[in-house]
Amino acid sequence: MSVIQAGRPTRPARRGTDIASKAVVNGILGLMALYTLIPLWWLFVSATKASGYLYTGAPLWFSHFDLVTNIRDVFSFENGVFSTWLANSALYSLVGATVGTLLSAMAGYALSKFSFRGRESVFNVILASVLIPAPMFALPLFLLMAKLDITNSYWSVLLPSCVSPFGVYLCRIFAAASVPDELLEAARLDGAGEQRTFFRIALPLMSPALVTVFLFQFVAIWNNYLLPSLMLNTPSLQPVTVGLVQWRSEFASGVSPLLSITGAFLSLIPLLVAFVSLQRFWRKGLTAGSVK
Amino acid sequence: MSSTSSTRTASPPRPAPAVTRRVSPAGRPRRTGRRSALTASGFLAPFAVLFLTMMVAPIGYAIYQSFFTVRRAGLFGGTQSTEFTGLSNYAAAFGDHDFIASIIRVILLGCVQVPVMLGLALLLALLLDSRSARLRKTYRLTFFLPYALPGAIAAVMWSFLLVKDLSPFTGPLSHIGIDVDFLSPSWVPVSIGHMITWGWTGYNMLIIYSALQTIPAEVMEAAALDGCTGWRLAWAVKIPLVRPALVLTTVFSIIGTAQLYTEPAVLVGARIPGVDPKFSPIMNTALGMDMGDQNLASAQSVVLALITLVLSFGFLKYNQRKGAMA
Repeated sequence: MSVIQAGRPTRPARRGTDIASKAVVNGILGLMALYTLIPLWWLFVSATKASGYLYTGAPLWFSHFDLVTNIRDVFSFENGVFSTWLANSALYSLVGATVGTLLSAMAGYALSKFSFRGRESVFNVILASVLIPAPMFALPLFLLMAKLDITNSYWSVLLPSCVSPFGVYLCRIFAAASVPDELLEAARLDGAGEQRTFFRIALPLMSPALVTVFLFQFVAIWNNYLLPSLMLNTPSLQPVTVGLVQWRSEFASGVSPLLSITGAFLSLIPLLVAFVSLQRFWRKGLTAGSVK
Repeated sequence: MSSTSSTRTASPPRPAPAVTRRVSPAGRPRRTGRRSALTASGFLAPFAVLFLTMMVAPIGYAIYQSFFTVRRAGLFGGTQSTEFTGLSNYAAAFGDHDFIASIIRVILLGCVQVPVMLGLALLLALLLDSRSARLRKTYRLTFFLPYALPGAIAAVMWSFLLVKDLSPFTGPLSHIGIDVDFLSPSWVPVSIGHMITWGWTGYNMLIIYSALQTIPAEVMEAAALDGCTGWRLAWAVKIPLVRPALVLTTVFSIIGTAQLYTEPAVLVGARIPGVDPKFSPIMNTALGMDMGDQNLASAQSVVLALITLVLSFGFLKYNQRKGAMA
């Protein structure tokens, strides 16, 4: 508040530059917003166009509105495989993020609240693995799973999705910040076992932060393309990302572009809803990442 | 509130005799010793098992495989034997023109794309943080929106949006005399860099913006009293203070660039003539795996992981040292 007070006295004298800077600042922000939104707007407008009218008329305005038919086509094409893809994406993301968050919370709690020999080395190994991109693991993982003959199954995508080294890193920070040592000590004094102390005291205290870990893991799995595209051959096992890319690549063999465009638009909606409704959580996660 | 009551419970130096063995000595908040290590490993175990099987074991397997070569005796399969061939797969990887070319291509792409994206993200964060900005919340959400669209699906979208005859951009551009085909071989790297920039600028902007918000009020006050405003304030005060966030976003971006796969792979799938199926190193390696030379692909994976680790870790260390000297 004092900042604003301190800034005030100089203000009236420079009203002219103030207006100019306001125009420049908001002008650039507005332009960037347009740049961000135009592709998404195009996606929406195109998804509403009747087949055959995609490339006629203005690309950024409606003509021959037929959204309902397009949606119906997306869901009925190839025996309704699109809804299977959505369900698969939801399954991989929900299960992967839930299990991943719980495991990360336990590991982060252990790394923050217990001191034992080799603790820092364990933490450093986990941290180092954050510095190698996931796809680098995906290729060798595929080789290993192919050797063990467990590719092309739900497990081949689910199991790797449950591992989140970055989640462990965040959980360690969160546990250190939000679970007081005194409280754990008190619980132990009262005779609570270690499991009980964790599930009844530490976990609830960490839960707002865990929503963040869950959300980030959920988005990472939902958005993943390389891992499922390597692991899965059967369309009925694939998530929506792999499926839509498949439809796009069948464009040349006569699959309507409206299918992938409308499908892309539809697959945006669930995450959009999640982001808008959980705004404060993803901001918290980003902040935690930046304060090292 | 609960912490006050807990301090009270924990502070008496004389715990009841019956539980003496169960608690660590008063005044030492963390549990040490054998029991503590045992409990800690109990909590670590589930993650550790998955981490070891899903991340460490594959890398180990790849390293192991990279030292062997499968030799086929007959023309049609015949008998196969696996031989230890030392570093020959690595030599083959470094001798593979396509693989090396793809690494150089992606490094060059990153050298342009990462600074552009982070510069833009920093600019937007500073603008949003400035006194003149209006509609902050709306802009923040808008810039973040592309993050909600998976990279693969965004690439599908752009694969239509950038086609010369369909794009809403090429028409107006050619009206003012700029005639480009964004999906022609010479433009494809730019278009791919642009897809990533479109998708991730807002994400990076939010990290930097969040860091800007944590600058203490007193610092800004002192700067204002010294007459520091506008761009000078941004350059001399704000940017140095959000350095950790800039380092973090840079490391994430280096890692992101190293894993470039989705965007070019989608364009290859969409049969855009300008994109080579060996565009990025990961595409090379995945293709090699499909072709059946898993040992060479393993060596390539190891090389890629090492390069990425060296680049991201090196950048991190370099900045820590620089930060310590400053």
